[in-house]
Amino acid sequence: MTDIGIGQSGPSRPAFGLPLLAVCFALVMSAIALPGCSNEKPGAAQEPGGTGRTIENKGSDTLVNLALAWAEVYMRAHPDVSISVTGGGSGTGIAAMINGTVAIANASREMKPEEMAAAKANGIDPVEIIVARDAIAVVVNPSNPVQHLSLKQISAIYTGKIKNWVELGGEDRPIVLLSRESNSGTYVYFLENVIRMGDRKSELLFSPDTLLMPSSEGISSEIRQNPNAIGYDGLGYVTGDLKVISVSKSEHDPYIVPSAGTVKDGSYPIARPLYMYTAGKPAGQIKDYIEWILNGGQTLVAKLGFVPL
Amino acid sequence: MARPSSPNWALSLYRKILQRLLRRIAGSSETAGKSWSEFVIESSIRVLGFSTIGFVLLIFFFLLREGLPVLWEVSPGNLFGTRWYPTFDSFGTLPLILGSAYVTVAAILIALPLGVATAVFVREASPNWAREILKPLIEVLAGIPSVVLGFFGMHVLAPMVRNTLNAPTGLTAFTGAVLLAYMSLPTIISVAEDALDSVPKNYRDAALAMGATKWQTIWRVVVPAARSGIAMAVMLGMGRAIGETMAVMMVTGNAARMPLSLGSLFMPVRTMTATVAAEMGEVASGSVHYHALFGIGIILFILTFIINIVAASAIFKKRRKGGLR
Repeated sequence: MTDIGIGQSGPSRPAFGLPLLAVCFALVMSAIALPGCSNEKPGAAQEPGGTGRTIENKGSDTLVNLALAWAEVYMRAHPDVSISVTGGGSGTGIAAMINGTVAIANASREMKPEEMAAAKANGIDPVEIIVARDAIAVVVNPSNPVQHLSLKQISAIYTGKIKNWVELGGEDRPIVLLSRESNSGTYVYFLENVIRMGDRKSELLFSPDTLLMPSSEGISSEIRQNPNAIGYDGLGYVTGDLKVISVSKSEHDPYIVPSAGTVKDGSYPIARPLYMYTAGKPAGQIKDYIEWILNGGQTLVAKLGFVPL
Repeated sequence: MARPSSPNWALSLYRKILQRLLRRIAGSSETAGKSWSEFVIESSIRVLGFSTIGFVLLIFFFLLREGLPVLWEVSPGNLFGTRWYPTFDSFGTLPLILGSAYVTVAAILIALPLGVATAVFVREASPNWAREILKPLIEVLAGIPSVVLGFFGMHVLAPMVRNTLNAPTGLTAFTGAVLLAYMSLPTIISVAEDALDSVPKNYRDAALAMGATKWQTIWRVVVPAARSGIAMAVMLGMGRAIGETMAVMMVTGNAARMPLSLGSLFMPVRTMTATVAAEMGEVASGSVHYHALFGIGIILFILTFIINIVAASAIFKKRRKGGLR
């Protein structure tokens, strides 16, 4: 859809590109017409029913690396199956599953009731499978002296109540808030469980000054070079050159560093399950794949910085 | 693509290609076959030509169909409010429109002097060999993918902006404007250069004969004579800048705040294009949010359309007076 915006970007086109376009069109048309039907076959083979079975898997950017690793290892053991994995955000994957374009949607949040209703209206009955666990790490620049924060403090930072690191025992610097875009499941989870601290009636929102970054890499690259910045992301995406903040439930609780151990025993407060949603009860190849993920595939989970079930 | 900017040039190339095509296809059977094959080729090219107009119309109708419902789904107060928070039913488009306007205007203010100066240098002052090098290089500049520029902006330009200005972050409207200026430069340079090119030689001769120096001739005669062409260059550059998505999304920080003061130039902004690009993947089709994003698409379409019309009318007015000046 973004192409519509981009298409407008060249106003030079309607002004004087029209004749050229027509020529291009003619050339393209003749190119299609000459080799004829022989060219169409590869496109058709992508649909299921070819020699190998294709499982389309799309969604959460948090899960995408893990899903890729699973797909690669599984395909090595089952050469007749091909699995294609793409990211785009939990909402994107779920929307694609509802529209019937993918078999498995990866999500770092639960499906919303509206999405459930949309799926039902489309004749699809999504099945939820928890495939791994993930901690959300709060990260700052390594030069930032702040070591630990409570959930309440993080909430106050992200709603814009605390604007300077001095108030948190740091240097006299303005706080720059970084977040993922609103199509990220991590964004939704962070809003509900950190900013609103799990209170369903709360109407707190991200401060309008929050920078919404289109990717995890956008967040880490900004934090790497900006001592004012604070951000959050899945633990699997935190690189060694970022400083991870210890987090406590409240001022009286101990501050906990996120790790596989602290997520598993439930002491780290910002951890969540990661999901796969299938359109209808998994069957055949998809069922086999999901079963493998829940058993044999779990060894890969820890390798990629996530927490096994 | 030596000079993709001049409409006359495009037309003449089109005619040349057409003639060559006709000659090749009509080939030896010139007497009987020619009129028939000519008819087929002419009409098929005509159909293809009109089909592009048809596509534009179809896109516009699609935009209207998907975007107009937002007008009755969301109250006008909300729609033109100052808070864009679509996940929680705040659809204030004002910060986005202002954000786009702010970045675009700043980009043009940076690109205009640079672009015109480059065009003047290439057309009027540079030795032949330098022109031969510069012109293709400027074309190459136009071909750099915007993601690449965005990546450069994110990793090189943004830290530079933050350190030199001591701003809280380098992801600002200014950073976006610098990148956009860079991206609209090729358009501005080549169109402005064409405008300078079509200033009649006798203007220059007259100025030089009156004893004007080369600088005086350029600055007081040639550039003023080409001013409407230069204005068109600016409009086209502006259209290029306002529709740009990827680079802007990567470097402006995308915070939907109202850019009201001059200081906002060094604060993050969120543009219309970045909003559509970032959020379109998430929305359920047919929801209010979906219609709101298409509504933004309509606003963008209308804005670029107006910019185009202004630029095109400048061409036609000048063509009637003879020459693109």
